Amino acid sequence: MPTLTVNGKKVTVGEDAVILDAARCAGVHVPTLCQFDGLEPWGGCRLCVVDMWQQGWDENWFKMVTACNHPVAEGMRVFTSSERVLETRRVVLDLLLARCPETPLIQRIAAEHGISETSYEVNPTPTDCILCGLCTRVCDHIGVSAIASVNRGWGREIAPPFHQAPPDCIGCLACAEICPTRCIPYSEAAGSRRIWDKDFEMLRDPVTGEAVITKAQAEHFARRSGVPQGYFATSDGSKRRVMATTFTKLKVVG
Amino acid sequence: MRIESIAQFASLQEESRRRAADRRQQIMVCCGTGCLASGSKKVAEAFAEEVAKRGLDASVGMFVKTTGCHGFCERGPLVALLPSGILYTKVKPSNVGQIIDKTVLGGEVIPSLTYKNPADGQRISAYAEIPFYKHQLRVAMRNIGRIDPTDIRDAIAEGAYSGLAKALGEMTPEAVIEEVAIAGQRGRGGAGFNTARKWRSCRRAPGDRRFVLCNGDEGDPHSVLEGMVIGAWAVGAHEGFIYVRDEYPLAVVHLTIAMEQARSYGLLGDNIMGSGFDFDIRISRGGGAFVCGESSALMRSLEGKIGEPRAKYVHSTDKGLFDLPTVLNNVETWAGIGAIIERGGAWFASMGTERSKGTKAFSLVGKVKNTGLIELPMGTTLRRIIFDIGGGILGDRPFKAVQTGGPSGGCVPEALLDLPVDYERLTEAGSMMGSGGMIVMDDRTCMVDVARYFLKFLTEESCGKCVPCREGLQQLLHIFDRLVEGRGRPDDIPAIERLSRGMQLGSLCELGKSAPNPVLSTLRYFRSEYEAHIFGKSCPAGICRELTAYEIVPDLCDGCHACFKACPVNAITGTIKELHRIHHDACISCGACFDVCPTAAIRTFPKVELKTEVV
Repeated sequence: MPTLTVNGKKVTVGEDAVILDAARCAGVHVPTLCQFDGLEPWGGCRLCVVDMWQQGWDENWFKMVTACNHPVAEGMRVFTSSERVLETRRVVLDLLLARCPETPLIQRIAAEHGISETSYEVNPTPTDCILCGLCTRVCDHIGVSAIASVNRGWGREIAPPFHQAPPDCIGCLACAEICPTRCIPYSEAAGSRRIWDKDFEMLRDPVTGEAVITKAQAEHFARRSGVPQGYFATSDGSKRRVMATTFTKLKVVG
Repeated sequence: MRIESIAQFASLQEESRRRAADRRQQIMVCCGTGCLASGSKKVAEAFAEEVAKRGLDASVGMFVKTTGCHGFCERGPLVALLPSGILYTKVKPSNVGQIIDKTVLGGEVIPSLTYKNPADGQRISAYAEIPFYKHQLRVAMRNIGRIDPTDIRDAIAEGAYSGLAKALGEMTPEAVIEEVAIAGQRGRGGAGFNTARKWRSCRRAPGDRRFVLCNGDEGDPHSVLEGMVIGAWAVGAHEGFIYVRDEYPLAVVHLTIAMEQARSYGLLGDNIMGSGFDFDIRISRGGGAFVCGESSALMRSLEGKIGEPRAKYVHSTDKGLFDLPTVLNNVETWAGIGAIIERGGAWFASMGTERSKGTKAFSLVGKVKNTGLIELPMGTTLRRIIFDIGGGILGDRPFKAVQTGGPSGGCVPEALLDLPVDYERLTEAGSMMGSGGMIVMDDRTCMVDVARYFLKFLTEESCGKCVPCREGLQQLLHIFDRLVEGRGRPDDIPAIERLSRGMQLGSLCELGKSAPNPVLSTLRYFRSEYEAHIFGKSCPAGICRELTAYEIVPDLCDGCHACFKACPVNAITGTIKELHRIHHDACISCGACFDVCPTAAIRTFPKVELKTEVV
């Protein structure tokens, strides 16, 4: 269990921890945009940069690394708000604000870093997408990979293949829910759901009749888990009711 | 024939050398990409046909060989003759009969086909005496131009796989790594990481399966294969990949043939040279993205994923391709390994500078008289490269700067011409070694425009994964668009410096971290040009169209009418033998007239002066 310091505060964390975990243990806030517990760190937003010193290094030598994916080590010293760290974060936020001038999340974090207006050329077609990659990563994680980043550099965007309704999409909404700026639109109506220009049939709870899950998602989960599809198409309320009924039938022993 | 033991390899080598010696008259036609483009295939065919028709192959041992690139692409098609050592340039199929009769059979030089030294107008017939070659020292490229890349026996006769035989026959893997350590060789791909140290960490990494990879486009295929087999043996790998971009079909063809031949001779594949060591290589063809030269992006691409860099703080030697221990070296690094093992690390370390050992290949292009691919000892000065090997600046114009290290390198000014080229000195100068690109620029170069050119390239090549590189390059480009169009603002220079610093510190991979190099180096050495663009709304080099106007100096114009013909928008009037005139309202400042004027009668001046005249 390595012990390190974050802004001078001593913390002990697990072997597999990254600097961000250590900072959280120490109660130090490090801003992030593309990090999500449970998904592999990606290191794309560069907001979580910190200065770091390790044992054996020259006293005055620090390396700037991203906290979200750099492993901790015994005796490491982390500084989360050195001048160059703050300046790098400000440049990143300044750039993001130019890209997403109307996005409340970016406006708020930028304001926290003293930026109320971007010093760069404002995107003529403002977007809310910060290209954090959370949507594509969660989609990969679920084992679907229906959407991906396409094109490179400034032309990069998130899209389904050929900009058409993605054949692999199961309509689970994980991409829309994980999006920190809520920029993936979807709509729901009685018994149907629409996302990425694709319509999904909803399965209804056999007892309550409420729409619970898309048919495609229930099939995907059933295939991946081996649990019968019907389980996923049962609403939480129904599951509780079934359990309660089962309990009443149980013979109490002793 | 399959080689079953080291001794058998030695006898094959002996036999290959005898076969080479039987070829008493060799006609070596360069069939590298450059010479092929200028028609060398037809020349080679004409030679082969002529030799066969006259039965010269049997009677005088005449042999026509197609070789890899000689480097001097600008003068192609190149034909070198052995044993005379004569080099003919710009050879056409119609010269073939004459070359066979006069030179090969008659021993006489044909002056019109020899190289004319632009420095003094002298004709030079001997390959080794041509300044372009005279100052070179080839290690990685030792066999290029000498061997037929599609004939393994040819390569073996020149010493290919001798290093491998020595490694497998006489050395332990540890001893091989030690020899490379003595050589002090550093990665030729750009970062300059110590090769032996990389190999050692991969060897030490736990696990049974590991890889050796080659990041490369072209070279003498057998020296690359040999290096990789030695490296694989040293680190204990059995699988390798060569990553070649699909835009280099010739390299893919030559590598494929070389690998098939090496396999059939037992130099690659199972039980190499009967040693019990197995190692095979596959070629992976990349889509040609600049970012795929970055190690983690290259590995993602090899895995079949999107070729973008992965943020990681674990070395590839521990977790590389498919998260297994991996050694990735550049093609030039691998090509040097065979020679290091064969001739010893101390020999390699005797060349170069204190911290940069051996030789380095460079692609010399731009406004120099001799362009091409060269290899020199580390520490050679820029002046020697540009003026001795390159033959000086085209049209003897003044030298202005040389951009080294590829698109994300920096521009080095005239004051640093005596800089010895090695990793550290180039970095200190704000540039880098990179993979060895060198673009020479003359006084007709606007450094702001140059920086903008490279920014544009990098903007297109950035993968867009991380914010500083994706958004930062785009914003830098916005600023540079303003500068070259005369819309620069007083705070643009500090804005450029701040953003560049943010990109250097914040970017995920080396592409983003090094992207500001062309900007910062030009700002460092040519700041006054930036200030002229911003405050004077003028381009001192007379290049930026929005800021530059052209006019004809009456005393110098002899009325030759060349500018009239060159002007694409009919902005020039005048009759032959009379003074011509440029009409500013129609002129688009393209500079076509300037380039064609034989008497240098066309002058540029800032457009702002024009505006005041009109008012």
